[in-house]
Amino acid sequence: MKIHQLTYIAYCLKMDIFFYITAFVTLFSTIMVITRHNPVHALLYLVISLLSLSVIFFLLGAPFVALLEIIIYAGAIMVLFIFVIMLLNLGKETAAQEKAWLKPKIWIGPVILSTILLAELVYLITMAQPPSYTLQTVDSKAVAISLFGPYLIGVELAAMLLMAGVVGTAHIGQQKKTVLHRFLKEEEPS
Amino acid sequence: MNAPISIEMVMLLAGILFILGIAGVIIRKNIIFMLLSVEIMLNAAGLAFVAAGSRWAQPDGQVMFIFILTMAAAEVSVGLALILRIYHQHKSLDIDKLKEMKG
Amino acid sequence: MDYLLWLIPAFPLVGFIVLALLGKHLSRFWIAIIGAGSVSLSAILTFVIGFSFLSSTPTGGHYSQTLWTWLEVAAFNPKITLYLDALSLVFVFVITFIGALIHIYSVAFMAADKDYARFFACMNLFVFSMLLLVLADNLLLLYLGWEGVGLCSYLLIGFWYENPTNGYAARKAFIITRLGDTAMAIGLFVIFYQFGTLVIPDILALAPSTWHEGATIATVAALLLLAGGIGKSAQLPLQTWLPDAMAGPSPVSALIHAATMVTAGVYLIARMHVIFQLSPIVQMIVAGIGAATLLIAGFSALTQYDIKRVLAYSTISQIGYMFLALGLGAWTAAIFHFMIHAFFKALLFLAAGAVIEALNHEHNMFKMGGLKNKLPVIFWTFLIGSASLAALPIISAGFYSKDQILWYAWASEHGSPILWLIALLGAFITAAYTTRMMVLTFWGDAKTSVGHYPGKLMTIPLIVLAFFSLFAGFIELPHNFGQFTLFSNLLHQVLPETVLKAGIHGELLFQLLALLVTFGGIYLAYIFWYKQPQRIEKLKRSAPLMSLYRFWFSGWGFDQVYQVLFVKPIVFIANINKNDVVDKLYQGITTATVHLYRLLSFTQSGSLRWYIIGLVIGAILILSIQLML
Repeated sequence: MKIHQLTYIAYCLKMDIFFYITAFVTLFSTIMVITRHNPVHALLYLVISLLSLSVIFFLLGAPFVALLEIIIYAGAIMVLFIFVIMLLNLGKETAAQEKAWLKPKIWIGPVILSTILLAELVYLITMAQPPSYTLQTVDSKAVAISLFGPYLIGVELAAMLLMAGVVGTAHIGQQKKTVLHRFLKEEEPS
Repeated sequence: MNAPISIEMVMLLAGILFILGIAGVIIRKNIIFMLLSVEIMLNAAGLAFVAAGSRWAQPDGQVMFIFILTMAAAEVSVGLALILRIYHQHKSLDIDKLKEMKG
Repeated sequence: MDYLLWLIPAFPLVGFIVLALLGKHLSRFWIAIIGAGSVSLSAILTFVIGFSFLSSTPTGGHYSQTLWTWLEVAAFNPKITLYLDALSLVFVFVITFIGALIHIYSVAFMAADKDYARFFACMNLFVFSMLLLVLADNLLLLYLGWEGVGLCSYLLIGFWYENPTNGYAARKAFIITRLGDTAMAIGLFVIFYQFGTLVIPDILALAPSTWHEGATIATVAALLLLAGGIGKSAQLPLQTWLPDAMAGPSPVSALIHAATMVTAGVYLIARMHVIFQLSPIVQMIVAGIGAATLLIAGFSALTQYDIKRVLAYSTISQIGYMFLALGLGAWTAAIFHFMIHAFFKALLFLAAGAVIEALNHEHNMFKMGGLKNKLPVIFWTFLIGSASLAALPIISAGFYSKDQILWYAWASEHGSPILWLIALLGAFITAAYTTRMMVLTFWGDAKTSVGHYPGKLMTIPLIVLAFFSLFAGFIELPHNFGQFTLFSNLLHQVLPETVLKAGIHGELLFQLLALLVTFGGIYLAYIFWYKQPQRIEKLKRSAPLMSLYRFWFSGWGFDQVYQVLFVKPIVFIANINKNDVVDKLYQGITTATVHLYRLLSFTQSGSLRWYIIGLVIGAILILSIQLML
């Protein structure tokens, strides 16, 4: 109920302005993610990026997805990242290391490549000049009906995927005696 | 329904985010950063789906986003577990040092 | 009783399956019980069914039992049907009865062998296949049994496979019989092409109306079937495998290479006699092959020193007699000789096996001798078997069966003085080599000490077989001798009567001649190898005689001729094509693939970054193409 009211308020406001502001926030924070040296900083920027993206979902008329984005992505998955970073104790040394690694010599080539790809994408998207459409709200009820109707197999497959993920993680994450790879054994005779 | 958001703009945003994700994966040497960049790419794809679903007033776009979300959750959990093991074995997260799987 | 028919082959099959699967876990006692018991059960069942068959002949003269349809392709639907008539009854009786005795003998004979279970499994499989062969209602099922016995023969000749010569002998037997089998398979195709069926009674009923006498197609079909029979029965061009097949254990030689499998060719020809009757040329060829084989093998038997090889050549020679009888149209005489031969030859092989084992695996007759008093049971049974083989008149069964063939060689409408003379000469040689074997083994001075004495399990089958070798002949007596024709009456339900020439008399004269010849052979051998051995020494000094001796000893040089004619050219061609020209093409594909793979494997650098850059470049390319078009 509340969500729909919020959507309505957003619609009443100047929506395109909202969109451009949040899009800018998203882009900026994403660029910050990929350029930060400190993993924790990058992670915080990624959270900002995800939150702003969830606002965009909200504006696009998908409030349920917006909430999922916040709860699962920004909430659950990012927490996982934080845990790992804490476990690995990545701190200032890592930041220094990253700083040493990120040299123009390394990133200039990929950036040029990505720019070419981006240019092509932008050209293709804008080239079509479709008549402007209004984006419509698709409420969670329709999503739920679709999800447990025609996409039921997909849901079951997703369930299996999750279970495989759980089992795989549990197996990989077992703290066993450190087993060195056979190639590395020769290098570290410990 | 005044001044609607145009679909191209949303798609542009999705495209730029995706390219940023790719750039991140290529540039960074730390596996954690690469994994973060992959998350960005997945988000961009989800954004494109949701926008398209919203454009045609169909729920399929959001359904796809939910699947992407599920996949991302599984991928992150396995990926992070792998990172933990790699760090324990190699004492490093440098992707350039992990080149044993040569043909 | 006919509904029990399927049990006869089923017992040995079950025995084989149990022994093959569980053989390693069973104790020797149970292996013996299962191995010998399954065949004994079949034998008892055969007695029961045979008794009911004889006491009240079923309608149509046969029991038949359809078990299931084997396969079904359009009009071709061979069934697993068992068919028991008088002819198959004789064969089933011989197979199960002698088979059971040999199995019981083997329990003691093989007792020390480490592969006890494998031996009995193979033997049971053999009995099953052989029963399938003679009980088959259609030629396809017969062929299955035919190949089955060939396989078992291979497995059992090579039973002691640690010795490479045994493996070589097994391969030789397998490959040479395969030549005949291939011809027989083509013969089956011809028959199916002509009649559209492989069911034997249907073929026999259709053949006289479809083919006229002397038709080319009938000759071709008969020749192809004959080739199959020659291969299995070790007749003239394909006889070289049988002497080498003696590499197997003695019970195997007795069961497979004397009593049953080698007579499969006789069974096939008797079973398909209508087709052979339609082609007089092929019948003459059958008689000719039989006559030539019995002489050649007889002379070779005269020169061997290995007791089992003597018996092997004598088997070839005796089957030659059967082929001669078949060629003469004396069908019942051939089957009668088959049965009597099965008794005395199984007896001789088993007794020879006992002798060989008693002398610690000594095969050489010249190193035996003087066993008359040491192994009395074996001596007496061997003597009875030899008497039967040499066709000692009146008292031995062999006399009655062989005399019949001799008589028909003269008197049948296909008979001729030449065939009769050859058969008579064969009888002379048979008597000679039998006496030689007897004298060398049991008389004279002992040259090897007896290692151990055969037990009851070994002697009882010998005594039973000796009894039959003596008295089985009395179920069929010659015309001037009471004319008691129990056996031929039975078989005439299936096989036609022998047509005699008009105005032939004097059977007694021929019997007296045969008698004379037999005693002549015995006397000659007695003189040469016992009384005055210096005569042999004198003969050995003559160079031409020695080369003749060597020629006979090597089985008339057939092996050497085949070596030059077939083996050498094939090895030569194989050597030329050692690197396989056709294979080069495929090797080229492999090499190209390997090189391409080497090339591509450079791209697998292990660096994740490069993979992603590759993806990006690919995306750029695809989008560029999209933009350009």
